[in-house]
Amino acid sequence: MLKDITLGQYFPGNTLAHRLDPRTKILLVILYIVGLFSAAGLFSYGVLILMLIAAVRISKVGARALFRGLKPVLIIILFTAVLNLFFTPGDSITEWWIFRITIQGVRLAVFMVLRIMLLIMGTFLLTYTTSPITLTDGLERLLNPLKKIHIPVHELAMMMSIALRFIPTLIEETDKIMSAQKARGADFESGNLLQRARALLPVLVPLFISAFRRADELAVAMECRCYHGGEGRTKLHVLHFEARDYAGFTVGACVTAGVMALAHFGL
Amino acid sequence: MIATENLQYTYPAAEEGGKATVALRGTEVTIEKGSFVVVLGRNGSGKSTLAKTFNAVLLPMGGKVYVEGMDTADEKLLLAIRQRVGMVFQNPDNQIVATVVEEDVAFAPENLGVPSEEIRRRVDDALEAVDMSAFARHAPHLLSGGQKQRIAIAGVIAMEPECIVLDEATAMLDPVGRQEVLSSVHRLNREKGITVVLITHHMNEAEDADRVIVMDDGAVVMDGAPRAVFSRVEKLWSMGLTVPDTVALLYGLEQEGLKVPRDALTVEECADAVAAALRNESKGNEDQ
Amino acid sequence: MKQILQIEHLTHTYGIGTPFQRSAVDDISFSVEDGEFLGIIGHTGSGKSTLIQHFNGLLKPTSGQILLDGRNIWAEPKKIRSVRFQVGLVFQYPEYQLFEETVYKDIAFGPANMGKAGDELDHCVRDAAKLVELKEETLRKSPFELSGGQKRRVALAGVLAMGPRVLVLDEPTAGLDPAGRENLMANIRDFHRNRGGTIILVSHSMDEIAQNVDRILVLKSSHILMSGAPREVFSRADELISAGLDVPQITRVARALHDRGLPIDPAVYTVEELQRELLALRRGGAAC
Repeated sequence: MLKDITLGQYFPGNTLAHRLDPRTKILLVILYIVGLFSAAGLFSYGVLILMLIAAVRISKVGARALFRGLKPVLIIILFTAVLNLFFTPGDSITEWWIFRITIQGVRLAVFMVLRIMLLIMGTFLLTYTTSPITLTDGLERLLNPLKKIHIPVHELAMMMSIALRFIPTLIEETDKIMSAQKARGADFESGNLLQRARALLPVLVPLFISAFRRADELAVAMECRCYHGGEGRTKLHVLHFEARDYAGFTVGACVTAGVMALAHFGL
Repeated sequence: MIATENLQYTYPAAEEGGKATVALRGTEVTIEKGSFVVVLGRNGSGKSTLAKTFNAVLLPMGGKVYVEGMDTADEKLLLAIRQRVGMVFQNPDNQIVATVVEEDVAFAPENLGVPSEEIRRRVDDALEAVDMSAFARHAPHLLSGGQKQRIAIAGVIAMEPECIVLDEATAMLDPVGRQEVLSSVHRLNREKGITVVLITHHMNEAEDADRVIVMDDGAVVMDGAPRAVFSRVEKLWSMGLTVPDTVALLYGLEQEGLKVPRDALTVEECADAVAAALRNESKGNEDQ
Repeated sequence: MKQILQIEHLTHTYGIGTPFQRSAVDDISFSVEDGEFLGIIGHTGSGKSTLIQHFNGLLKPTSGQILLDGRNIWAEPKKIRSVRFQVGLVFQYPEYQLFEETVYKDIAFGPANMGKAGDELDHCVRDAAKLVELKEETLRKSPFELSGGQKRRVALAGVLAMGPRVLVLDEPTAGLDPAGRENLMANIRDFHRNRGGTIILVSHSMDEIAQNVDRILVLKSSHILMSGAPREVFSRADELISAGLDVPQITRVARALHDRGLPIDPAVYTVEELQRELLALRRGGAAC
């Protein structure tokens, strides 16, 4: 039941996008987001759409999967569209009761919706082509300089990767606990919100206790394997920049610069 | 390899005014390098506590534990000791740290600051040693219990330890998984000379050991070759342990006057012994 | 005898329509007599776990039906919970489901869900506690203060307190030491004898099954391989072994003796019985 949730929608593959260093991809996404929030008109958005299409082709993502990624935010998209469409002041096109559609409203609605869609699809591509652990490694490398100002980068990355490792295990355990309580007559389906929340207690208590016990045992196991913090640690896989990473970053920087320039001129 | 001197350990009381549990009462045990030792005992006998003192997970409250001459109580030697004596625990899930098998096996050498290429070599060798090379890029949570424990063992081997302690590592496995783990550690013991200390309450796991130590109530009660230990049937029963079916049968027949050796452990040996005894008896009767 | 549970052409398929489609249980039919002690064995992945979750309506059949007292349990899907009070299911390592502040309250969870209250509820709880030999003062403690073995008994009591007519146990002794295993099985046997309930025991341990059940159901790769009294099943040892299972060690001894020409039934499955046969043989004098 719960096991069917796929996390982060990572899809293993060997495309150029998969082989890029995760740091490159993270930085590209940041540049993309900067571009998205600078874009002002048709041309700047157009360039960004082209960039996204290029990325989609490179990653070999199916269009269906891409749009399915929008499902969770469909409501936000609709809400944004409606809000901008009907409540933007400006030159009226039509009117009905308190609802006014203005030219500015249409323009704004379209661009806001575009922005959200492009944002979601762009980050979707990131998680599609990069496994959670690779992403964490990439983030850790990028944030390493912060160690100098005493930010515990290694510890944060370790916590992140352990959490990722245990999510499927905990989901499985939740399933088991729920089955066991259902076998004793627990009812998770009926009742109002409050009743249903209370019905979750026989699941949450054992789950939390189990999670703490796991953490305890894991800590001992880690120490037995000589874990002593981030000092002096080496890695099995060391991230290297290749030519394609430099190329990718250059392209991304140029595109973003272009978008910002276009936006400056209101395009 | 490992030696304890008058080892004592007491667990504090679980609640206010409750009783503390004495787990180890002056235990003295020596583990020889390269041996395969099984420590048996019922729950509460102290066997698990003993195991945890071997690599300083627990520090002695009285007495000492020495690993290759190093005192486990010495904080400065902690990493050196833990690199030499690796431990595999009971719950397969709660030892795996990474989301990819080979990353998890690499965890220990990474902690030890081993250079990247060397880590690669160790990981490959370790997975090969437990017959899990095909699963290097898999997600651990999809593996069976036996497979997870073998990954845990690989993770320990990657430290290149002298000794592996398995603390009831087969308790949560099904028979197939248990067999996989046992084959792996026996192979490591035979082919790489790694000392193995196996803590368990499954009697049949002791059959192939070099030496069996039986613990009860915080002390070593028996110590010897499997055959010698299993022959002491009444004593084992009195400690809430069992003996293999073969030994139980032989003991029962012996009680009825049949001349059978008590220590014919394996099925074949047992059958041979029983058949021979019956034949001899009937021949003896014929001769009379 | 009355059939309390009937499984008719049960199939359960996971992941229909995906590339991972798999029938964990494929066209399985059998019935359980009222008051019977049935054992189910099968290798990991044979479908045991999926099968038993159909008995109390936790899983819905993809096709086929489950009849309790002759009635399809899914006839009124909204009332499926009532089936769970009549068919009690105890999962593996049930101690991990304890959650209440006191043992008493945890055991009361099941009967409370049935709508019981006051004296009736109290009676259910205390009765169940007695069945698993939990002491009075343990009822007032927090379940998290107890030992693993005690917690398991609390979990079992929690299901017994619902007064189910069929008790399904999935590896109830997993992870316990020999004494713990014996105690728990003794409690279950007593329950069976004194309360006349129907018991379905799923186990990996051939010995445990052999010593307790009236009939064995052997699963292999989502089908029933064979079913019958222990003697019948163990006489087909070769088939069991090729199905990834084993026979009790004593049965292998019996077979070995049989192979050496002794007139021993190779399907004997307890030490006592083999001992009796051998002693009878000895008295009869025919040993060659």
